[in-house]
Amino acid sequence: MTTNMRRKPGSTIPVLTVILAIIMIWYVGAINLNSPQIIDRYEKKGIDWSFSQLATDSWNMKRAVLPSPHQVLLELKTTIIDKNVTSKRSLIYHAGITLSSTLLGFVLGAGLGISLAVGIVYVETLDKSLMPWIITSQTIPILALAPMVIVVFGAMGISGLLPKALISMYLCFFPVAVGMVKGLRSPQPMLVDLLNTYSASKWQVFWRLRLPSAVPFLFASLKVAIALSLVGAIVAELPTGGQAGLGARLLSGSYYGQTNLIWASLIAAAVMSASLVSILGFIERKVCYRLAGGQEISNEL
Amino acid sequence: MSLVSASTATNNVVEVKEVCLDFHTKDGVVKALSNVDLSINAGEFVSFIGPSGCGKTTLMRVLADLEKPTSGSVLVNGMSPTEARKQRAYGYVFQAPALLPWRTVQDNVLLPLEIMGYGKDQRQQLAQEYLQLVSLSGFEAKYPWQLSGGMQQRVSIARALSVEPQLLFMDEPFGALDEITRDHLNDQLLRLWQQTKKTVVFVTHSIPEAVFLSSRIVVMSPRPGRIIDIIDCNLPADRTLDIRESPEFLTIAQRVRAGLAAGHNYDD
Repeated sequence: MTTNMRRKPGSTIPVLTVILAIIMIWYVGAINLNSPQIIDRYEKKGIDWSFSQLATDSWNMKRAVLPSPHQVLLELKTTIIDKNVTSKRSLIYHAGITLSSTLLGFVLGAGLGISLAVGIVYVETLDKSLMPWIITSQTIPILALAPMVIVVFGAMGISGLLPKALISMYLCFFPVAVGMVKGLRSPQPMLVDLLNTYSASKWQVFWRLRLPSAVPFLFASLKVAIALSLVGAIVAELPTGGQAGLGARLLSGSYYGQTNLIWASLIAAAVMSASLVSILGFIERKVCYRLAGGQEISNEL
Repeated sequence: MSLVSASTATNNVVEVKEVCLDFHTKDGVVKALSNVDLSINAGEFVSFIGPSGCGKTTLMRVLADLEKPTSGSVLVNGMSPTEARKQRAYGYVFQAPALLPWRTVQDNVLLPLEIMGYGKDQRQQLAQEYLQLVSLSGFEAKYPWQLSGGMQQRVSIARALSVEPQLLFMDEPFGALDEITRDHLNDQLLRLWQQTKKTVVFVTHSIPEAVFLSSRIVVMSPRPGRIIDIIDCNLPADRTLDIRESPEFLTIAQRVRAGLAAGHNYDD
């Protein structure tokens, strides 16, 4: 068999069933959450109402508590297809801004994580001193840290991409560092002994044994990291007061009660996150297939 | 030919004197080796045999500088094990093939040659030569998972031989293989040793394997790990597996078995 990129036969129907179920629950939920306001309105105007009338009105309510799926789809259509990409009202424009800081933060975070891991594995002092700090760093809530970073950088005249990317990096480096340390230490003792009998240098052991052994661990970490990086970018966009990016769209949506906008941004963020993780998953399968010497990889996700 | 390269004035490739090695574990000190004396001459095939925990693998790891003795002196080719390792004086075959899954058979054999900085043409030539010696020509482009366990272990033997060491350490190389494959590889290894005249140190817990292959058998016993008997074993050079039925073979095997039984502590 070649690399198994396709889903196993028979998984399409279950996936569609779940999607269908979610949409149904969503429509039912929309009636539940929106109907009190609608009923209020009916009573003020003294209108007789039927359940079907109530459902239709709940599903098409303006500024709904929970907008129905077709309203969100319409919002996505107008903000993605109908608006010019350069327009400030285009979701693509805002998604692009968030994506750029997500990717920059991811690259910086992965770089930092890998460097820290190499340091920890190769320098005994770092092994003892660094790990507690790395773990402590993740106990600080990002929501508390993000405004501070943005404000401090803003005071220094640095705004836009870099401070946001730094917040993404802060979230990203942790899973990469932890996964990479485990990966670099994963070779069997026998293989390390083998290279010792050749009197191999540390770098020869790194390039020929430790790094290739760490790759599967690295990819698992990178997939977690890129999703976190997006979270970091969105969180970093909140304290800027809603200038640009998906985070800013979420914020202005909640300011103005534009729930359609919030849901559309959320879906854009979810689709972006899923796509980024899938791209990494695709690369992972290609690389790990090579590293396994072309053997079928079983841990398909 | 080994006589030319085998070090100093004496013929001793390995010289072990009063070596002790203690492992410090949670449950206390384990005496892995206690007062071990042994010398091995160039061109010998010496087997260490004994039950699990008798220190046979530990002793070989000490010789290979993968383990440091607590006390005593060890010389390999007239120098310390560390120097010998740095000079890449030996090849080591492990219990498992220990092949890198992302490298082809050929590239696995090339690994030590790359690390030791052999030229590109020489690398290719040596890899070809030793893969042929273990009858694996034609499998160069295969990956380890595509080979049987016996073939994988042969790749690891070719890899150890490819740097042409005069001294070969083999740690239960056939322990994980089935009886038939094991017999076959024993036969091949005997021919190989006779052809190349290398010094081989071989760890096993199989009495027939030890008697069939060795020129000398070192019988070891656990708690503390020590040598209890050294048996010369001079079966004819042109022996085949059939010799295992002969009286001389059985006599030696009997002595090994007696040694193992004497050293066994039933109190444990």
